[in-house]
Amino acid sequence: MITKLSSTHALSCTSLSLGYGQRLVLRDVSIGVQRGTWTAVVGPNGAGKSTLLRALAGLTVPQAGEVQLEDQPLQHWSRRARGQRLAWLAQAVPASELTAYTVVALGRLAHGHWFSQETSRDRAIIERVMRATGSLDYADRRLSTLSGGERQRVHLARMLAVEAGVLVLDEPTTHLDPPHQEDIVRLLRSQAHGCGVTVLSAIHDLSLALAADQLIVLGAAGLIGQGTVAEILERDWLSIAFGEAVSVVQVDGQYVWRPRLGESGT
Amino acid sequence: MRFGRWLLVGGAICIILLLIGLLIGTTGIVRSLTELRHPDSEALVVFWQIRLPRSLGAWCAGALLGLAGCIAQGVFRNPLAEPYLLGTASGAALGVALCLLSLDGVAFGIAWLGALGVTGAACVGAAGAIALTLALSRGVVQTASLLLAGVVVAFLLSAITSLLLLTKPDIWLSMQSFLLGSTALIGWFAVLLLFAVLCVALVVAIALAKGLDALTLGEDTAQSLGLSLPMLRLAFLGLVAVTTATVVGQCGVIGFVGLVAPHLVRQLFELDHRRLLLGSALSGGMLLQAADLLSRWLLQPAELPVGAVTACLGGSYLIVLLWRRNRDN
Repeated sequence: MITKLSSTHALSCTSLSLGYGQRLVLRDVSIGVQRGTWTAVVGPNGAGKSTLLRALAGLTVPQAGEVQLEDQPLQHWSRRARGQRLAWLAQAVPASELTAYTVVALGRLAHGHWFSQETSRDRAIIERVMRATGSLDYADRRLSTLSGGERQRVHLARMLAVEAGVLVLDEPTTHLDPPHQEDIVRLLRSQAHGCGVTVLSAIHDLSLALAADQLIVLGAAGLIGQGTVAEILERDWLSIAFGEAVSVVQVDGQYVWRPRLGESGT
Repeated sequence: MRFGRWLLVGGAICIILLLIGLLIGTTGIVRSLTELRHPDSEALVVFWQIRLPRSLGAWCAGALLGLAGCIAQGVFRNPLAEPYLLGTASGAALGVALCLLSLDGVAFGIAWLGALGVTGAACVGAAGAIALTLALSRGVVQTASLLLAGVVVAFLLSAITSLLLLTKPDIWLSMQSFLLGSTALIGWFAVLLLFAVLCVALVVAIALAKGLDALTLGEDTAQSLGLSLPMLRLAFLGLVAVTTATVVGQCGVIGFVGLVAPHLVRQLFELDHRRLLLGSALSGGMLLQAADLLSRWLLQPAELPVGAVTACLGGSYLIVLLWRRNRDN
């Protein structure tokens, strides 16, 4: 069940224990995220998806264990070097009064110095990622005046502007309508498969998560396991995680979660 | 209007206000104009030693408060944050009360405060209040506990001040002018001090402004961009502390300028914090300069406390802002 840790992992952790104060949320978790893949973290509410992602992104200090970024312990990286290699997208980003362009430009912060102005390279990158996410049209508008979907595109662009090798996202599709969710998943996949970026994200929507290369399954009692979607389905880990039978069907070669309405649960 | 042009126009308005400020005083504008044409030595003293430093000082103090307000609102990510939220105002008030008491002959080992003078005592009190706030919140790890500690310290020190003043009611009057804020006593030394602090604070704040931009996206995101939150908070709160303590020491507790100045700029432009800080300083300066003029002119030859004027101006502006926001929603 424990994945062998090797240098094919861009981001990994060993015997990680996480919690708040006395309460441990996750105990003895060891996982690895393979380079150039998209890995989704799934599990019921309160299983500790956000807690795990925040720790892997270096935003909290684990109670025990260690996180490795590019095979080096996270704390060995300087803030700046880590900020260049690992980009983070939070679940609920406050509505900023800044313009979309200024927000995206913040993605270049770890590459510049305090006094430095934007270089022409920075500007080219900002424009490229804003075009890729479809947010260039409202570059001059305040974030607080944009719709939820538009805002999320800006935040994605901000994350891509870092040009990091590892992207960690906490629920990037929540509160978006299905077509926008689709866009974001497509973008994440193209980042992983097209650009060799390592993507790790929590995804609430099971059908979207099943499109990932790998799944990390968390249950109420902690980590259940990690594997490809086929492996996870074969072992029925999703049912174990959610505490009731989860039905997945394959439509045109794509796994789809089927809500079992009208049948009594098991 | 572009931001650059707005800065120019604002600067021009400040200079016009400064010139008007030279003419307004207890003697009336017309007499000031004739005096200006045939200045005698007394008139020159009034112009150069009283009115000019007072107007310049009011601008500098307002700019410092605007800057501090903008920083505080950025660090606490709260549009209602203001420069005095670390307890500076009540700390300074307590310092001044102790100073006046010691000058009045009440000695419980506070004679040294009397020797500091009102300005020094206010600065020491403000610094002490900040230290107490930081100690209570155990450093700068959590902004929520910092805010709470600031409120607690403010209440506690105000209560002590009130108790002390109960023992000596006649000091209450001199305290009053301090608590309402006053630009009347600014001399050249104060102008230089305020200006020097303003220059240093502006440079440091603008250098670190991208940190405030990043903080608008939440603390996690700011951290992920390679910033050290404790260092950033320490630097910015240090700036707020130094700037407000300087102003309180020279002019007493002038309210509302720090709260309103950043909103004035934010209403007009979508700005990153580099320009927002600059704009807040300019509008803060303009605001206090205008309030200073009004305080001298409204009840001529008597004078209103400038803090009362800023409270009226700033308060009514906030009401307009609230009303507009409710209407738009």
